[in-house]
Amino acid sequence: MSSISIGGLLRRPEAGAALGLIAVLIFFAIFGGVTFLKPAGMSSWLNVAANLGVIAIPVGLLMIAGELDISVGAMVPFGAMTVAVISGHYGLSIWLGIFLALSFGVLVGLINGYLVIKTAVPSLIVTLGTLFAVQGIVLGLTVLITKSTSVALATEGAAKAIFGDFMMGGQLQAMVGWWLVITALYIFFVHFSRFGNWIFAMGGDKVSARNAGIPTERMTILLFVLSSTSAAFVGMCQAILYNSAQVAGGQSFIFNAIISVVVGGVLLTGGFGSIIGIFFGTITFAIVNQGIYYTDFDRNWSSLIIGVLLLGAVLMNNTFRKMALSYAPKKGAK
Amino acid sequence: MSEPSTPILAMRGVNKSFGPIDVLHDISLELRAGEVLCLLGDNGAGKSTVIRLLSGVHKPTSGTIEMDGKPVAFANPRDASDHGIATVHQFGGTFPLMSIGRSFFVGVEPTKGWGPFKIYDRKKANAIAVKAVQDFGITRIDDGDRLVGGLSGGERQSLAIARAVHFGARVLILDEPTAALGVKQATHVLRIVNEAKRRGLAVIFITHQVMHAMAVGDHFAVLIRGAVAADFKKGQKTREEITDLMAGGASMANLEAEIDGYMNSNDATIGGNAPVSAA
Repeated sequence: MSSISIGGLLRRPEAGAALGLIAVLIFFAIFGGVTFLKPAGMSSWLNVAANLGVIAIPVGLLMIAGELDISVGAMVPFGAMTVAVISGHYGLSIWLGIFLALSFGVLVGLINGYLVIKTAVPSLIVTLGTLFAVQGIVLGLTVLITKSTSVALATEGAAKAIFGDFMMGGQLQAMVGWWLVITALYIFFVHFSRFGNWIFAMGGDKVSARNAGIPTERMTILLFVLSSTSAAFVGMCQAILYNSAQVAGGQSFIFNAIISVVVGGVLLTGGFGSIIGIFFGTITFAIVNQGIYYTDFDRNWSSLIIGVLLLGAVLMNNTFRKMALSYAPKKGAK
Repeated sequence: MSEPSTPILAMRGVNKSFGPIDVLHDISLELRAGEVLCLLGDNGAGKSTVIRLLSGVHKPTSGTIEMDGKPVAFANPRDASDHGIATVHQFGGTFPLMSIGRSFFVGVEPTKGWGPFKIYDRKKANAIAVKAVQDFGITRIDDGDRLVGGLSGGERQSLAIARAVHFGARVLILDEPTAALGVKQATHVLRIVNEAKRRGLAVIFITHQVMHAMAVGDHFAVLIRGAVAADFKKGQKTREEITDLMAGGASMANLEAEIDGYMNSNDATIGGNAPVSAA
């Protein structure tokens, strides 16, 4: 921003995430060979990163604002199942299925946000409740309606191409495109428009933010709506891509999103972080998750690497944050 | 009161109770432009409740709050600040991990551009914020990109006060601004209080440090158990008298004698034990 210097770059919230990404890239380039940087290898982790990233950014924004949303784990199958039941089982228009899937995302987000601001119960607990409630609804309703836990869906035409097809030679999911566009939009709104400032202020000190005239309650609801709708969107796209939806699955998104966000330099207690950091964090996670297949290591070790990566990232980010805090121009140095 | 001007802010016969507990009884205070009112009192005397009433957090159970001679009722803190009452808390009420420019303009960010693509004008925000703080004599702050958390306690207080003044505050409520500060930092803040006074603001300065109060105050009110125990002007009472008042009327000398007596009678046991007494 102001001046390009090593120190200046290191003080930014995404510094740790960028270094972590480079380290992971080098690690897997050495042990996995270059195949995983070739188009086929790249699309394997880009697809993972894209599906995760669309959810991780709004989850990260909530974390910056001092909240947490783990109900995304249930919203992914909810979105998938809604479109599969409406458009697959009942054979109604795919667009109706898409509309309803996203509407349920908005609805659950409204419920989450409303409960959090009205009850003052920690959002971890509120969304833990909606996580289970929505899982129950998905399983109960699906079995009730279709007598099965897996529903097929055949999509053709525009909806397939836009939401759930492979592009660029057949390996990259359409989600990658969505992810890049959505990330760019978030970067603009969070770091360049004034709304981003509000989110950071809310995470820094909610009472002061409210006193400064920020509509904290509306912003909180909006962020919850964003995260659950994004999760429903990812589920919906996966159902269209794989031509089927399952009632289970999706829980892995909870921890994976939180890991991506924290590796990306967002402070768990709020008030600090960046979209580009979350973006890097998501890619780092996806590379570790997929890169293991390109090495001689047993796949079972990937969780160990992710765990160590997470702890390393948190420690590194703490260091960089301290540097940012203690930064003063030379003249005013203490 | 002999002053001809109408007080900017006044409390008239204000009572406040929370359920069955009476916290404030019949509080009457007046505050004029260019005047520093020091609100003194021990912990639990009701200072915080007075602030919360004036800053719109609570409403009086009975009695009225007046601004410029007209009764007002603040719906919420936002309403009070729209009336020009700004409250600055002990730690500055700022956002430690935000830059000086961003935190200065929280909620009223300057933007440039058009339509949905208005972008936050960082340069302008930083320049205004830095200038506002420097005008208060804190010249060490010269980079608006620095994080607020990296400032000293006194600088944070100064930033918060400069922010309040910049956005048109007429009444500053400073809640124990010097409590957590060292001597030098506290001096900084006291200088800024004087500067605010010179600019014609009315200041309510809450403290239990009598020295700090005497350094800037024009007018003093001592709260004891929710009532105004004394209300006097600068020079009417000595430091010892004020300290005595704050201690609830019990003379400080008595207390000291009591402590001495206690120490003497317990010296043997304390000395005989582990080096706990060093603390």
